[in-house]
Amino acid sequence: MPTVSFTRALERFLTAPTATVEGDTVGAALAAVFASRPALRGYVLDDQGTLRRHVAVYVNDRLVGDRVGLTDPVGPRDEIYVLQALSGG
Amino acid sequence: MADRFHVATRKGLFELVREHGTWQVADVQFLGDPVSAVLADADGTVYAALDLGHFGAKLWRRDPAGMWHELAAPAFPPKPADAADDPHPWSLGKIWVIEPGGVAGRLWAGTMPGGLFRSDDGGQSWALVEALWRMPERRQWSGVAGGEQPGIDTVLIDPRNPGDIRIGVSTGGVWASADTGASWRNINRGMYAEYMPPERREEPIAQDVHRLARCGAYPEIVWCQHHNGVFRSEDMGATWHELTAIRPSKFGFAVAAHPRDPNTAWFVPAVKDERRIPVDGKVVVARTRDGGRSFEVLRKGLPQHHAYDLVWRHALAVDASGERLAFGSTSGGLWLSEDGGDSWTMPEARLPPIAAVRFAAT
Repeated sequence: MPTVSFTRALERFLTAPTATVEGDTVGAALAAVFASRPALRGYVLDDQGTLRRHVAVYVNDRLVGDRVGLTDPVGPRDEIYVLQALSGG
Repeated sequence: MADRFHVATRKGLFELVREHGTWQVADVQFLGDPVSAVLADADGTVYAALDLGHFGAKLWRRDPAGMWHELAAPAFPPKPADAADDPHPWSLGKIWVIEPGGVAGRLWAGTMPGGLFRSDDGGQSWALVEALWRMPERRQWSGVAGGEQPGIDTVLIDPRNPGDIRIGVSTGGVWASADTGASWRNINRGMYAEYMPPERREEPIAQDVHRLARCGAYPEIVWCQHHNGVFRSEDMGATWHELTAIRPSKFGFAVAAHPRDPNTAWFVPAVKDERRIPVDGKVVVARTRDGGRSFEVLRKGLPQHHAYDLVWRHALAVDASGERLAFGSTSGGLWLSEDGGDSWTMPEARLPPIAAVRFAAT
Protein backbone atom coordinates (compact mmCIF):
# COMPACT_ATOMS: atom_id res chain seq x y z
CA MET A 1 0.00 0.00 0.00
CA PRO A 2 1.36 3.47 -0.84
CA THR A 3 2.45 5.85 1.88
CA VAL A 4 1.31 9.48 1.98
CA SER A 5 3.25 12.10 3.93
CA PHE A 6 2.60 15.79 4.34
CA THR A 7 4.72 18.91 4.70
CA ARG A 8 5.35 19.84 8.30
CA ALA A 9 4.16 23.33 7.45
CA LEU A 10 0.66 21.99 8.05
CA GLU A 11 1.38 21.28 11.69
CA ARG A 12 0.51 24.81 12.72
CA PHE A 13 -3.05 24.25 11.56
CA LEU A 14 -3.90 20.58 12.02
CA THR A 15 -2.56 17.08 12.45
CA ALA A 16 -1.33 15.45 9.26
CA PRO A 17 0.61 12.29 10.11
CA THR A 18 2.10 9.99 7.51
CA ALA A 19 -0.43 7.35 6.49
CA THR A 20 -0.30 4.07 4.61
CA VAL A 21 -3.49 3.67 2.63
CA GLU A 22 -5.23 1.79 -0.17
CA GLY A 23 -5.23 3.35 -3.62
CA ASP A 24 -3.76 2.89 -7.08
CA THR A 25 -3.81 6.56 -8.10
CA VAL A 26 -2.75 9.75 -6.37
CA GLY A 27 -6.40 10.75 -6.11
CA ALA A 28 -7.49 7.45 -4.57
CA ALA A 29 -4.68 7.48 -2.03
CA LEU A 30 -5.41 11.07 -1.01
CA ALA A 31 -9.12 10.30 -0.78
CA ALA A 32 -8.34 7.45 1.58
CA VAL A 33 -6.39 9.82 3.83
CA PHE A 34 -9.13 12.47 3.73
CA ALA A 35 -11.77 9.87 4.62
CA SER A 36 -10.24 9.64 8.08
CA ARG A 37 -9.09 13.28 8.24
CA PRO A 38 -11.70 15.35 6.41
CA ALA A 39 -10.34 18.70 7.61
CA LEU A 40 -7.11 18.05 5.71
CA ARG A 41 -8.80 17.92 2.33
CA GLY A 42 -9.30 21.67 1.98
CA TYR A 43 -5.63 22.33 2.66
CA VAL A 44 -4.54 20.19 -0.30
CA LEU A 45 -7.43 20.43 -2.77
CA ASP A 46 -9.55 23.38 -3.88
CA ASP A 47 -13.36 23.46 -3.92
CA GLN A 48 -13.44 21.51 -7.21
CA GLY A 49 -11.15 18.77 -5.96
CA THR A 50 -8.09 19.79 -7.95
CA LEU A 51 -4.68 20.35 -6.38
CA ARG A 52 -4.26 23.79 -4.86
CA ARG A 53 -2.16 25.99 -7.06
CA HIS A 54 0.67 26.28 -4.55
CA VAL A 55 0.69 22.68 -3.36
CA ALA A 56 3.11 20.24 -5.02
CA VAL A 57 2.62 16.48 -4.96
CA TYR A 58 5.39 14.03 -5.79
CA VAL A 59 5.25 10.29 -6.32
CA ASN A 60 8.69 9.25 -5.16
CA ASP A 61 10.90 11.72 -7.07
CA ARG A 62 8.34 12.61 -9.78
CA LEU A 63 6.11 15.67 -9.68
CA VAL A 64 2.58 14.52 -10.51
CA GLY A 65 1.40 15.31 -14.02
CA ASP A 66 -2.37 15.39 -13.56
CA ARG A 67 -3.19 18.11 -11.03
CA VAL A 68 -6.88 18.12 -11.97
CA GLY A 69 -7.96 14.49 -12.13
CA LEU A 70 -5.16 13.18 -9.87
CA THR A 71 -4.90 10.09 -12.06
CA ASP A 72 -1.15 9.51 -11.78
CA PRO A 73 -0.73 5.81 -10.92
CA VAL A 74 0.87 4.70 -7.68
CA GLY A 75 2.13 1.26 -6.72
CA PRO A 76 2.08 -0.44 -3.34
CA ARG A 77 5.66 0.60 -2.53
CA ASP A 78 5.38 4.19 -3.70
CA GLU A 79 5.75 7.22 -1.48
CA ILE A 80 3.47 10.22 -2.05
CA TYR A 81 4.75 13.54 -0.75
CA VAL A 82 2.40 16.53 -0.34
CA LEU A 83 4.57 19.64 -0.15
CA GLN A 84 4.46 23.40 -0.48
CA ALA A 85 5.32 24.56 -3.99
CA LEU A 86 8.01 27.20 -4.10
CA SER A 87 5.53 29.88 -5.04
CA GLY A 88 2.82 31.85 -3.38
CA GLY A 89 2.88 32.03 0.35
CA MET B 1 -17.72 52.67 24.03
CA ALA B 2 -15.78 49.67 22.77
CA ASP B 3 -12.67 48.90 24.82
CA ARG B 4 -11.46 46.21 22.45
CA PHE B 5 -10.67 45.95 18.77
CA HIS B 6 -8.92 43.59 16.39
CA VAL B 7 -6.37 44.24 13.71
CA ALA B 8 -6.11 41.70 10.89
CA THR B 9 -2.67 41.82 9.30
CA ARG B 10 -0.47 40.10 6.75
CA LYS B 11 1.23 38.34 9.65
CA GLY B 12 -1.41 37.61 12.24
CA LEU B 13 -4.38 38.81 14.24
CA PHE B 14 -3.79 41.36 16.98
CA GLU B 15 -6.25 42.24 19.72
CA LEU B 16 -5.92 45.63 21.37
CA VAL B 17 -7.52 46.38 24.71
CA ARG B 18 -7.90 49.68 26.52
CA GLU B 19 -6.57 49.58 30.06
CA HIS B 20 -5.94 52.56 32.32
CA GLY B 21 -6.47 54.94 29.45
CA THR B 22 -3.99 53.38 27.03
CA TRP B 23 -4.35 50.77 24.32
CA GLN B 24 -2.17 47.69 24.51
CA VAL B 25 -1.72 44.60 22.36
CA ALA B 26 -3.41 42.04 24.59
CA ASP B 27 -3.38 38.99 22.34
CA VAL B 28 -1.76 37.72 19.13
CA GLN B 29 -3.06 34.77 17.11
CA PHE B 30 -2.03 33.20 13.80
CA LEU B 31 1.35 34.90 13.99
CA GLY B 32 2.96 34.70 10.56
CA ASP B 33 -0.25 34.00 8.64
CA PRO B 34 -2.32 36.46 6.58
CA VAL B 35 -5.65 37.33 8.21
CA SER B 36 -8.15 38.73 5.71
CA ALA B 37 -11.24 39.42 7.84
CA VAL B 38 -12.35 39.51 11.46
CA LEU B 39 -15.60 39.82 13.39
CA ALA B 40 -15.94 40.05 17.18
CA ASP B 41 -19.29 39.51 18.88
CA ALA B 42 -20.29 41.11 22.15
CA ASP B 43 -20.11 37.76 23.97
CA GLY B 44 -16.41 37.33 23.22
CA THR B 45 -16.78 35.12 20.17
CA VAL B 46 -14.33 36.09 17.45
CA TYR B 47 -14.27 34.93 13.83
CA ALA B 48 -11.02 35.20 11.86
CA ALA B 49 -10.50 34.38 8.20
CA LEU B 50 -7.05 33.29 7.08
CA ASP B 51 -5.74 33.65 3.54
CA LEU B 52 -2.99 31.04 3.49
CA GLY B 53 -0.74 31.36 0.48
CA HIS B 54 -0.34 27.63 -0.03
CA PHE B 55 -3.34 26.08 1.66
CA GLY B 56 -6.24 28.35 0.81
CA ALA B 57 -8.79 30.39 2.74
CA LYS B 58 -9.64 29.15 6.22
CA LEU B 59 -12.04 30.19 8.95
CA TRP B 60 -11.46 30.03 12.71
CA ARG B 61 -13.62 30.89 15.69
CA ARG B 62 -12.72 31.78 19.24
CA ASP B 63 -15.40 30.71 21.66
CA PRO B 64 -16.34 32.93 24.61
CA ALA B 65 -14.04 30.86 26.84
CA GLY B 66 -11.09 31.87 24.66
CA MET B 67 -10.40 28.65 22.75
CA TRP B 68 -9.78 28.80 19.00
CA HIS B 69 -11.20 26.13 16.67
CA GLU B 70 -11.14 25.79 12.92
CA LEU B 71 -14.54 25.86 11.21
CA ALA B 72 -15.44 24.57 7.79
CA ALA B 73 -14.62 27.33 5.33
CA PRO B 74 -17.25 28.38 2.80
CA ALA B 75 -16.92 26.27 -0.35
CA PHE B 76 -18.37 26.41 -3.83
CA PRO B 77 -20.51 23.53 -5.11
CA PRO B 78 -19.23 21.33 -7.95
CA LYS B 79 -18.94 23.37 -11.14
CA PRO B 80 -21.64 22.25 -13.58
CA ALA B 81 -20.98 21.64 -17.26
CA ASP B 82 -22.96 24.72 -18.31
CA ALA B 83 -20.55 26.90 -16.35
CA ALA B 84 -17.50 25.92 -18.39
CA ASP B 85 -17.23 29.44 -19.80
CA ASP B 86 -17.59 31.17 -16.43
CA PRO B 87 -14.70 33.66 -16.26
CA HIS B 88 -14.39 33.23 -12.49
CA PRO B 89 -13.31 30.13 -10.57
CA TRP B 90 -15.80 28.09 -8.57
CA SER B 91 -13.38 27.90 -5.70
CA LEU B 92 -12.98 30.13 -2.68
CA GLY B 93 -10.21 32.66 -3.14
CA LYS B 94 -10.42 34.78 -0.02
CA ILE B 95 -12.94 35.65 2.68
CA TRP B 96 -13.09 39.43 2.49
CA VAL B 97 -15.76 40.28 5.03
CA ILE B 98 -17.80 38.49 7.71
CA GLU B 99 -20.98 40.12 9.02
CA PRO B 100 -23.57 39.17 11.63
CA GLY B 101 -26.93 38.44 10.05
CA GLY B 102 -29.21 40.02 12.62
CA VAL B 103 -30.65 36.63 13.61
CA ALA B 104 -29.13 34.30 16.20
CA GLY B 105 -26.51 32.11 14.56
CA ARG B 106 -26.67 33.79 11.16
CA LEU B 107 -23.55 35.09 9.44
CA TRP B 108 -22.81 36.33 5.94
CA ALA B 109 -19.42 36.06 4.27
CA GLY B 110 -18.42 38.13 1.25
CA THR B 111 -15.60 36.57 -0.74
CA MET B 112 -13.42 36.57 -3.78
CA PRO B 113 -14.22 35.47 -6.49
CA GLY B 114 -17.60 37.03 -5.72
CA GLY B 115 -19.49 34.37 -3.83
CA LEU B 116 -21.79 35.36 -0.99
CA PHE B 117 -22.13 32.66 1.68
CA ARG B 118 -24.61 32.25 4.50
CA SER B 119 -24.36 30.37 7.77
CA ASP B 120 -27.25 29.77 10.18
CA ASP B 121 -25.24 27.88 12.79
CA GLY B 122 -22.62 30.34 13.91
CA GLY B 123 -20.21 29.51 11.11
CA GLN B 124 -20.15 25.72 11.54
CA SER B 125 -21.48 25.28 8.02
CA TRP B 126 -21.93 27.56 5.03
CA ALA B 127 -23.98 27.60 1.87
CA LEU B 128 -23.33 29.59 -1.29
CA VAL B 129 -26.12 32.06 -2.09
CA GLU B 130 -26.76 30.43 -5.43
CA ALA B 131 -29.44 32.87 -6.56
CA LEU B 132 -26.80 35.58 -6.75
CA TRP B 133 -23.93 33.44 -8.01
CA ARG B 134 -26.05 32.02 -10.85
CA MET B 135 -27.25 35.36 -12.18
CA PRO B 136 -25.82 35.81 -15.69
CA GLU B 137 -24.82 39.37 -14.79
CA ARG B 138 -22.49 38.06 -12.11
CA ARG B 139 -20.15 36.87 -14.82
CA GLN B 140 -19.70 40.52 -15.81
CA TRP B 141 -18.18 41.36 -12.46
CA SER B 142 -14.50 42.08 -12.91
CA GLY B 143 -11.32 41.81 -10.95
CA VAL B 144 -10.00 44.34 -8.51
CA ALA B 145 -6.52 45.65 -7.98
CA GLY B 146 -4.10 43.02 -6.79
CA GLY B 147 -6.16 40.17 -8.12
CA GLU B 148 -8.02 38.94 -11.13
CA GLN B 149 -11.13 38.06 -9.16
CA PRO B 150 -14.06 40.29 -8.23
CA GLY B 151 -14.92 40.47 -4.56
CA ILE B 152 -17.87 41.23 -2.31
CA ASP B 153 -16.35 43.85 -0.03
CA THR B 154 -19.43 44.90 1.94
CA VAL B 155 -22.52 43.16 3.32
CA LEU B 156 -25.12 45.48 4.90
CA ILE B 157 -28.01 44.00 6.83
CA ASP B 158 -30.95 46.29 7.55
CA PRO B 159 -31.11 46.51 11.36
CA ARG B 160 -34.92 46.70 11.08
CA ASN B 161 -35.25 43.68 8.79
CA PRO B 162 -32.58 40.97 8.58
CA GLY B 163 -33.99 39.77 5.26
CA ASP B 164 -33.01 43.03 3.56
CA ILE B 165 -29.45 42.82 2.32
CA ARG B 166 -27.22 45.15 0.30
CA ILE B 167 -23.81 44.12 -0.94
CA GLY B 168 -21.01 46.13 -2.49
CA VAL B 169 -18.98 44.50 -5.24
CA SER B 170 -15.58 45.52 -6.48
CA THR B 171 -16.19 45.61 -9.34
CA GLY B 172 -19.87 45.10 -9.85
CA GLY B 173 -21.94 47.84 -8.20
CA VAL B 174 -24.46 47.57 -5.38
CA TRP B 175 -26.82 44.59 -5.23
CA ALA B 176 -29.95 44.22 -3.12
CA SER B 177 -32.12 41.39 -1.88
CA ALA B 178 -35.37 41.88 0.02
CA ASP B 179 -35.90 38.17 0.64
CA THR B 180 -32.83 36.98 2.58
CA GLY B 181 -30.91 36.33 -0.62
CA ALA B 182 -33.50 34.43 -2.66
CA SER B 183 -33.52 37.09 -5.41
CA TRP B 184 -31.23 39.98 -6.31
CA ARG B 185 -31.18 43.24 -8.23
CA ASN B 186 -28.33 45.55 -9.25
CA ILE B 187 -29.77 48.76 -7.82
CA ASN B 188 -27.21 51.58 -7.96
CA ARG B 189 -27.91 54.65 -10.08
CA GLY B 190 -25.99 57.89 -10.14
CA MET B 191 -22.41 56.66 -9.94
CA TYR B 192 -19.96 57.01 -12.82
CA ALA B 193 -16.80 55.15 -13.73
CA GLU B 194 -13.91 57.19 -15.11
CA TYR B 195 -12.12 54.01 -16.09
CA MET B 196 -14.82 52.95 -18.58
CA PRO B 197 -15.42 54.08 -22.19
CA PRO B 198 -17.77 57.10 -22.30
CA GLU B 199 -20.78 55.06 -23.44
CA ARG B 200 -20.49 52.77 -20.45
CA ARG B 201 -19.49 55.19 -17.69
CA GLU B 202 -22.84 55.12 -15.94
CA GLU B 203 -23.56 51.40 -16.13
CA PRO B 204 -24.52 50.23 -12.65
CA ILE B 205 -22.53 47.02 -12.94
CA ALA B 206 -19.37 48.85 -13.98
CA GLN B 207 -19.09 50.75 -10.70
CA ASP B 208 -16.13 49.86 -8.52
CA VAL B 209 -17.60 50.06 -5.03
CA HIS B 210 -14.55 50.03 -2.82
CA ARG B 211 -16.60 50.06 0.37
CA LEU B 212 -20.07 50.89 1.70
CA ALA B 213 -20.95 52.10 5.19
CA ARG B 214 -24.39 52.62 6.66
CA CYS B 215 -25.73 54.77 9.49
CA GLY B 216 -27.16 52.26 11.97
CA ALA B 217 -29.80 54.62 13.35
CA TYR B 218 -30.89 55.79 9.87
CA PRO B 219 -30.37 52.71 7.71
CA GLU B 220 -31.51 54.45 4.55
CA ILE B 221 -28.31 56.52 4.66
CA VAL B 222 -25.41 54.73 2.95
CA TRP B 223 -21.99 56.14 2.09
CA CYS B 224 -19.66 54.84 -0.60
CA GLN B 225 -15.98 55.19 -1.27
CA HIS B 226 -15.87 54.44 -4.97
CA HIS B 227 -12.83 54.03 -7.18
CA ASN B 228 -13.19 57.54 -8.51
CA GLY B 229 -15.26 59.41 -6.00
CA VAL B 230 -17.23 59.57 -2.81
CA PHE B 231 -21.00 59.12 -2.95
CA ARG B 232 -23.98 59.18 -0.59
CA SER B 233 -27.39 57.56 -0.85
CA GLU B 234 -30.52 58.44 1.09
CA ASP B 235 -32.53 55.48 -0.18
CA MET B 236 -30.53 52.43 0.90
CA GLY B 237 -28.13 52.43 -2.00
CA ALA B 238 -30.48 52.86 -4.96
CA THR B 239 -29.71 56.44 -6.00
CA TRP B 240 -26.41 58.13 -5.33
CA HIS B 241 -25.06 61.64 -5.50
CA GLU B 242 -21.40 62.50 -5.57
CA LEU B 243 -19.81 64.42 -2.70
CA THR B 244 -17.46 66.63 -4.63
CA ALA B 245 -16.36 68.56 -1.54
CA ILE B 246 -14.17 65.64 -0.41
CA ARG B 247 -10.60 66.73 0.30
CA PRO B 248 -7.68 66.33 -0.26
CA SER B 249 -8.57 63.81 -2.98
CA LYS B 250 -11.49 61.71 -4.06
CA PHE B 251 -9.71 58.36 -4.35
CA GLY B 252 -9.51 55.98 -1.42
CA PHE B 253 -10.75 52.68 -0.12
CA ALA B 254 -12.21 53.08 3.34
CA VAL B 255 -15.33 54.76 4.72
CA ALA B 256 -16.93 54.67 8.17
CA ALA B 257 -20.42 55.94 8.96
CA HIS B 258 -21.42 57.47 12.26
CA PRO B 259 -23.71 54.99 14.03
CA ARG B 260 -26.33 57.63 14.99
CA ASP B 261 -25.67 60.84 13.06
CA PRO B 262 -26.76 60.43 9.43
CA ASN B 263 -24.67 63.42 8.37
CA THR B 264 -21.30 62.27 9.71
CA ALA B 265 -18.83 59.96 7.98
CA TRP B 266 -15.07 59.51 7.71
CA PHE B 267 -12.84 58.71 4.73
CA VAL B 268 -9.07 58.27 4.24
CA PRO B 269 -8.26 59.83 0.87
CA ALA B 270 -5.20 58.96 -1.21
CA VAL B 271 -3.65 59.87 -4.52
CA LYS B 272 -5.57 58.02 -7.17
CA ASP B 273 -5.11 55.13 -8.51
CA GLU B 274 -1.85 54.76 -10.38
CA ARG B 275 0.11 55.71 -7.27
CA ARG B 276 -2.03 54.90 -4.22
CA ILE B 277 -0.19 56.95 -1.63
CA PRO B 278 -1.33 59.76 0.67
CA VAL B 279 -1.48 63.20 -0.94
CA ASP B 280 1.88 64.98 -0.37
CA GLY B 281 3.02 62.15 1.90
CA LYS B 282 0.66 63.24 4.68
CA VAL B 283 -1.77 60.81 6.33
CA VAL B 284 -5.13 62.51 6.89
CA VAL B 285 -8.73 61.61 7.58
CA ALA B 286 -11.57 63.50 5.89
CA ARG B 287 -14.70 64.00 7.99
CA THR B 288 -18.03 65.45 7.03
CA ARG B 289 -20.66 66.42 9.58
CA ASP B 290 -23.13 67.97 7.18
CA GLY B 291 -24.03 65.09 4.91
CA GLY B 292 -21.08 65.64 2.61
CA ARG B 293 -21.59 69.30 1.73
CA SER B 294 -18.24 70.06 3.36
CA PHE B 295 -15.30 68.12 4.74
CA GLU B 296 -12.72 68.78 7.43
CA VAL B 297 -9.21 67.39 6.94
CA LEU B 298 -8.11 65.87 10.25
CA ARG B 299 -4.39 65.46 10.82
CA LYS B 300 -3.62 66.04 14.52
CA GLY B 301 -1.42 63.18 15.65
CA LEU B 302 -1.11 61.67 12.16
CA PRO B 303 2.25 61.54 10.30
CA GLN B 304 2.73 64.59 8.10
CA HIS B 305 6.23 64.00 6.69
CA HIS B 306 7.09 61.32 4.15
CA ALA B 307 4.27 59.02 5.14
CA TYR B 308 3.22 56.60 2.42
CA ASP B 309 0.60 54.62 4.29
CA LEU B 310 -2.33 53.37 2.27
CA VAL B 311 -5.50 52.35 4.12
CA TRP B 312 -7.38 49.40 2.68
CA ARG B 313 -11.16 49.23 2.56
CA HIS B 314 -11.73 47.29 5.78
CA ALA B 315 -9.05 49.08 7.76
CA LEU B 316 -11.06 52.05 9.09
CA ALA B 317 -13.57 51.45 11.87
CA VAL B 318 -15.79 53.41 14.22
CA ASP B 319 -17.29 52.00 17.41
CA ALA B 320 -20.92 52.10 18.50
CA SER B 321 -20.43 55.40 20.30
CA GLY B 322 -19.24 57.24 17.21
CA GLU B 323 -16.37 58.69 19.23
CA ARG B 324 -13.75 55.98 18.96
CA LEU B 325 -12.17 55.35 15.59
CA ALA B 326 -9.21 53.29 14.49
CA PHE B 327 -7.46 52.79 11.20
CA GLY B 328 -4.46 50.85 9.98
CA SER B 329 -2.24 51.01 6.92
CA THR B 330 -0.32 48.95 4.43
CA SER B 331 2.84 50.07 6.25
CA GLY B 332 1.55 48.76 9.56
CA GLY B 333 0.64 52.17 10.90
CA LEU B 334 -2.22 52.07 13.42
CA TRP B 335 -3.98 55.13 14.79
CA LEU B 336 -6.75 55.64 17.31
CA SER B 337 -9.03 58.53 18.07
CA GLU B 338 -11.26 58.93 21.08
CA ASP B 339 -12.76 62.24 20.00
CA GLY B 340 -14.40 61.47 16.69
CA GLY B 341 -11.22 61.99 14.71
CA ASP B 342 -10.16 65.38 16.07
CA SER B 343 -6.93 63.87 17.37
CA TRP B 344 -5.10 60.57 16.96
CA THR B 345 -2.60 58.50 18.88
CA MET B 346 -0.52 55.50 17.87
CA PRO B 347 -0.41 52.43 20.12
CA GLU B 348 3.03 51.11 20.93
CA ALA B 349 3.33 48.54 18.16
CA ARG B 350 4.88 48.26 14.72
CA LEU B 351 2.51 45.92 13.00
CA PRO B 352 2.62 44.03 9.69
CA PRO B 353 0.58 45.40 6.75
CA ILE B 354 -3.01 45.83 7.93
CA ALA B 355 -5.99 44.43 6.04
CA ALA B 356 -8.79 45.12 8.51
CA VAL B 357 -9.52 46.94 11.76
CA ARG B 358 -12.70 46.22 13.68
CA PHE B 359 -14.12 47.13 17.06
CA ALA B 360 -15.76 44.40 19.10
CA ALA B 361 -19.52 44.64 19.32
CA THR B 362 -20.67 46.00 22.67
